Amino acid sequence: MDTAYDEMFLAPAVARDHYRALEKTLVGLSPDELRRTQQAADLTFLHEGITFTVYGSKEGTERIFPNDLVPRIIPGDEWARIEKGLTQRLTALNLFLRDIYHESRILAEGVVPRELIYSCRHFRREMRGLNVPRDIYVSICGTDLVRLPDGQFAVLEDNLRVPSGVSYMLANRKVLKRVFPTMFRDYGVWPIDHYPQALLATLRSLAPLNAAYPNDPTTVLLTPGVSNSAYFEHTFLAQQMGIELVEGRDLLVHDNLVYMRTTAGLRRVDVIYRRVDDDFLDPLCFRRDSILGVPGLFNAYRAGNVTLANAIGTGVADDKAVYAYVPEMIRYYLNEDAILPNVPTFLLTEPAERQHTLDHLDSMVVKAVGESGGYGMLIGPQSTAQQRQEFRARILAEPRNYIAQPALALSTAPCLIDGAVESRHVDPRPYILMADKVTLVPGGLTRVALRRGSLVVNSSQGGGSKDTWVLRDGGRGSRVA
Amino acid sequence: MRPPRNFYARTFQRDAGMLSRVASNLYWMSRYLERAEHTARLLDVELQLWLDQSPEVGAGRWRFLVDALQIRGIQGRLDPLELAEALVFSRENFSSIVSCVAAARENLRHVREQCSSEMWEQLNKLYLQVIERRPEKGWILKSHELFRSVQEGAHLFQGITDATMSHGEGWQFIQLGRYVERSDTLAALLDTHFDRAAQPADQPVDSGEYLSWVGLLRGCAAFEAYCQAHTAEIRPLRVAEFLILNPDLPHSIRFSVDRMNAALHLIGDLTERREKTPSRIAGRLRAKLSFSQIEEIMAGGVAAYLRSVRSECAQIHDAIHQIYFDYSVEAELVS
Repeated sequence: MDTAYDEMFLAPAVARDHYRALEKTLVGLSPDELRRTQQAADLTFLHEGITFTVYGSKEGTERIFPNDLVPRIIPGDEWARIEKGLTQRLTALNLFLRDIYHESRILAEGVVPRELIYSCRHFRREMRGLNVPRDIYVSICGTDLVRLPDGQFAVLEDNLRVPSGVSYMLANRKVLKRVFPTMFRDYGVWPIDHYPQALLATLRSLAPLNAAYPNDPTTVLLTPGVSNSAYFEHTFLAQQMGIELVEGRDLLVHDNLVYMRTTAGLRRVDVIYRRVDDDFLDPLCFRRDSILGVPGLFNAYRAGNVTLANAIGTGVADDKAVYAYVPEMIRYYLNEDAILPNVPTFLLTEPAERQHTLDHLDSMVVKAVGESGGYGMLIGPQSTAQQRQEFRARILAEPRNYIAQPALALSTAPCLIDGAVESRHVDPRPYILMADKVTLVPGGLTRVALRRGSLVVNSSQGGGSKDTWVLRDGGRGSRVA
Repeated sequence: MRPPRNFYARTFQRDAGMLSRVASNLYWMSRYLERAEHTARLLDVELQLWLDQSPEVGAGRWRFLVDALQIRGIQGRLDPLELAEALVFSRENFSSIVSCVAAARENLRHVREQCSSEMWEQLNKLYLQVIERRPEKGWILKSHELFRSVQEGAHLFQGITDATMSHGEGWQFIQLGRYVERSDTLAALLDTHFDRAAQPADQPVDSGEYLSWVGLLRGCAAFEAYCQAHTAEIRPLRVAEFLILNPDLPHSIRFSVDRMNAALHLIGDLTERREKTPSRIAGRLRAKLSFSQIEEIMAGGVAAYLRSVRSECAQIHDAIHQIYFDYSVEAELVS
C-alpha cells in the first residue's frame, strides 16, 4: 500500500506545512513520555465510562473505545470543500428520498432503475405519499470519507439511518485538549463542543405543527436499552441535550398521539430522536416480534402527530448499490456536478461489471449492500482462495445483494503505537445536521485501523479513533512558531 | 412585557414528573438495598447470640429468624449452616443478601444516567464484594466481617447519595423505597418477636430472656440508643414503645413512617398528585402512630396493631405502583 496518501509527510522526513508543529512536539517527547500520556488518556476514558458494550458477555463487559492521541489535521481550505460537498450530497439525497416516496420522477425517467429501489430491503412502501416535516428525511448523517492516493477526498459510505460515534468525537476532543493544551491553542482549531446544542436545535425545528407548544416541543431520545452497544452514546447525548432518554416501554400511543409515562401522568411527545432501527420501531407495522418499539407509533407518525429523526425508510438511500447513483442524483436534482466523487463501484446485477469483478476478486472489496459495521465483507487482497470461492458463489446466487469496489489505499496518518509513532490507515466521518439549516461541526470522528496494514476501521473489528482538527484561517497552523 | 398567560403553568409542567420506569427502578433499588442491610444486621446479631446459647435454644432462634425475615418455603428441621447459606448466598432465594444486592445493582444499572457516577461506583463495588464471597468451610464463624461490610456498604451508598445526587424527585423515590421497606421489615420483626414473648410488662426481664431482648434491640440498631434513653435495664414495655413509637430512632416504625410520609408529600407536590391514595394512607398511618400510646396498643393486642401497620404498608406500596408507576392509561386519558 505504498501508493496511499500520507497525511503527514510530503516526502520521506518532509512534513506537510500543517503537520510541522505537531511533528516538532512529538519528536520532543521521549517514548516513555508518549506511553505515559497515552495511559493517562486511556484512564480518563475508563473513569468517565466512555465505553462500548461487548456483546455476548454475562456481566455486561464494557470496553473503552481505543483512542489514539495524535490528532488528524485537516487544513481549512480542504475542509471548506468537504463542507460544500457534503451539503450538496445530503441535499440531493433528501430530494431523492422525497421523490421516490412520492412522484418517483427519477425512476420514471430511468435515471435510477426502478427494480433497484423496489428490491431494496430498506425501501418502506408504508412511507409512500407520507409528508415529513420540512421534507427532511435525513436530518442526522455521518458520512464516511476516504482520501484517495491523488489527495482527493471521496465518499465511501453514506450512513443515513442511525449513525453513531459522535460521542467519541466529543470525548476525543476533551481528552486531547487536556493532553496537548498549548499545541491545541497555538494551532487555531475550530471548536466542536456545540454539537449537542445544534442537534437539539435541529430536532426541535422538525416538531410537528400541531405540537402543544410548537416553540418548545417535547423531545426524547429513544434507545433500544442498556444492552445496546452504543448505550453510552445514548445516555451521553440525552444528558448533554437535557432531554429524556426513553425506552419503547416508556411510550404509548393513544388516538394517534404519542405519550410517555411519567410519575405526573402522561406527557405528550413531539419529536423522537430514535436510535432504534426501522424494523423494530412498531410491532404493529414492522417486525412483529419487536419488544423495543411502540405499538401504534407508525400511525401517529403517519398522522403527522410526531416526528421521527431520521425518518423511516431512509436506508434505501444508503444501500450500497443505490450509492453508486448518487452523483447522477446530484446532477438530476441540483443540476450540478458532485463536488465529492464516489469511490468506483461495480454493480453486480450488470453482467459486464459482474464478470469483471469475478475475474478480479483478489484486488476487490466486496460488500453486502444492506450491511454496515464492517460485517459481510470480502477484502480481496487479504482473502484466502476459499473465502473468494465462497463469495463467488454468493454473488452468483444473489447479485443484487452485493457490490464491489477496487481495494483502496486509504490514506495513512501517524499514530501512537506502544510508545512509537507509526503510520496507520485512517477514514474520517464528519457529522452533518440538516433541518431549517445545515450544520457541520468542523471535524468528525477519524477512525483508525490500529492493526498494521489493516484497512478495516470499524470499532467492532478492532478499530480505534482519534481527534480531528480543522484549522481556522485557511489553515496552515500559521500561529505556531 | 408580561409573560404569556400559561407561562408559569408551562414551566412547571415541564419540570413535573419523571419517567415512571426510572422512578420505579430507583424505588426498587432502594428497597432491595434496605432489605440486604436488614438481613445482614439480623444475621450478624443472631450469629453472635448463637455463640452464647445452648443448642436447643439455638434451633428455636433459627426458626425465629426465618419468620422474622418472612422467608417462605423453608420447612422442617433447620440446619443452621445450610440456612445461613440460603440467607446469604442463595440466588434461588430472592431475599438472600447476594440476591438483594444484585437486584439493587441491576435496578440502578438501567438508570445509571439518572444517578451520580459516585453512587454507581459504590453500589457496583459492594456488588463485586459480595459475589466474590463463597460459602467455604467454617465461613460462618468469620462471617461477621461480611455482614459488617454489607451494612457499611449500604450506609456509604446512602451517604454518597445524599451528598452527590440532586435532592429532587428521584432522590425522594429512593427515600420512599427505603422507608417503605424498613417500616414493613421492622413490623414483621417485632411481630415475630412479640408473638413468642410473654405479654410485655413494665418489669425488668429475667436473665433467661435478657439475650433475646438485647438481640431485638441490636437487630434494630437501637441497643445503644435504648441504654441512653432508659439505661441498660431492659423492660419489655419500654422496648416495645421505643421501637414502635419513638420519633427519633432511625429504626423505629414511627420514624420510618414519618419519613415515608414526607417523601410521599414532596413527590405529591412535585407531580401535582398530592390528593392521591398513597399520601392519604400514609398520612392516616402516621397519625395513628403519632397519637397511639403503648398501653392502648398492649390493651388491644400488639400483634393486631403490628399487623395493621404491615397491611397499611402493603396498601401504600400498591398505591404507589398504581399512581406513579403502573397507572391505567385509560383513567389517565379521561382525567
